[in-house]
Amino acid sequence: MSKLSQKHLLGIKDITREDIDLIFETADNFKEVINRPIKKVPSLRDVTIANVFFENSTRTRLSFELAQKRLSADVVNFSASNSSVKKGETLLDTVNNILAMKVDMIVMRHASPGAPHFLSKHINAKIVNAGDGTHEHPTQALLDAFSIREKLGAISGKKIAIIGDILHSRVALSNIFALKKLGAKIMVCGPPTLLPKFIGQLGVEVEFDVRKALQWCDVANVLRIQLERQQIKYFPSLREYALYYGINKKLLDSLKKQIVIMHPGPINRGVELSSDAADSQHSIILDQVENGVAIRMAVLYLLAGAI
Amino acid sequence: MQKKLILDSDLLDITISRLCQQLIENHDDFKDTVIIGMQPRGIFLAEIIHKKLTNNTRKVIPLGYLDATFYRDDFRRRETPVKANETRVPFIIEGKKVVLVDDVLFTGRSIRAAMDAMIAFGRPATVELLVLIDRKRSRELPIAADYVGREVNTLASQRVLVELEAQGQKQNKIWLVNKD
Repeated sequence: MSKLSQKHLLGIKDITREDIDLIFETADNFKEVINRPIKKVPSLRDVTIANVFFENSTRTRLSFELAQKRLSADVVNFSASNSSVKKGETLLDTVNNILAMKVDMIVMRHASPGAPHFLSKHINAKIVNAGDGTHEHPTQALLDAFSIREKLGAISGKKIAIIGDILHSRVALSNIFALKKLGAKIMVCGPPTLLPKFIGQLGVEVEFDVRKALQWCDVANVLRIQLERQQIKYFPSLREYALYYGINKKLLDSLKKQIVIMHPGPINRGVELSSDAADSQHSIILDQVENGVAIRMAVLYLLAGAI
Repeated sequence: MQKKLILDSDLLDITISRLCQQLIENHDDFKDTVIIGMQPRGIFLAEIIHKKLTNNTRKVIPLGYLDATFYRDDFRRRETPVKANETRVPFIIEGKKVVLVDDVLFTGRSIRAAMDAMIAFGRPATVELLVLIDRKRSRELPIAADYVGREVNTLASQRVLVELEAQGQKQNKIWLVNKD
């Protein structure tokens, strides 16, 4: 028997190494379940979950919804764009109204960092953070680490480079927390304008040359340039970014070693990753997506146990 | 903690041999028979029986492991979630004669969950249940075993402890333990 140390999954920063191991072991079993002819188990049949998305998403939302359905939970979906949020309802009011309809868990994505943490202080339901602004995206980090563990057998001692728009990326921050807890060595790489000023204090190496970063690492986690979060210009043009930081097959072939390419999606093809690199045998991008369902099933299962 | 010995190593050996003979009587040439051990503790017994049957009949009998954790009806009524184990059923059970193997039959709830879990892999022709220890008159569901190693009268407060060499114990011993 086993239990997570936290009531909610708000960020990787709050959970322990043992929690991550427990989530991985449970996800192993769920991965076997979702590859069966009948992919559904009745574990959460008396749990109702609301997916509350204040920001756009396809992968994360679909992945959560599939995970919930494969666990037999009842699911309601909410997106801010066609709701009363547009009329000025506050976050707490919106969520309290959803909870008044007897919902047990909330999966939330919000543009403001800390929104799920705020909510966790005011409501009783379990909260899973599906991304809060530029802060954390815990299930993405878990599925990334799970995919690395699956591909390379272990995470401890492996060298992982996170390349691209670190400044605006919640995936980067959660990945750094998760991989450090699991004993990996981490390097971040990107143009100086897209690296946070004090990133070195997290205990990661900083590199500005993408070729050197690729030469160093076993795994390259390539992040999307988040144009929607960039109010000012951080680099002259997308073409120039692609020229200096874009990863393509030619660059990968010139390394004289095999590295694993990951991307949390959606890919800006031809910007941070060229098509021939994204679709090469180096890439485990679609494995990440498959593992995402298993990881989210594990997280929901472990949190629902103590409602 | 008081312990009473139910089966020792020799008796256990005889019991398992008898269970195997009963299976041979009913399954003849084992053409469509598969054995499925229940996680976490039924798999050791399933392995022992599978080995004995293979030696005696020289037939290839598929052996699988089934974990019913996600199908339990007491999930969320417990303090902490039950930890899941590996499920490995590398064969098709559609139309097969399944022998489900577990160490102790108590309330019958695990077996109910196991039957649910099994249906996710297909529709077996028949399902039989083999248990080493049957705790009589403690069932909470209408479930009975087809092959029983030993019937035991127990109180709900007691526990049956199965120690097998395959689990890393020194000797094969089955105990009835008083909880205090």
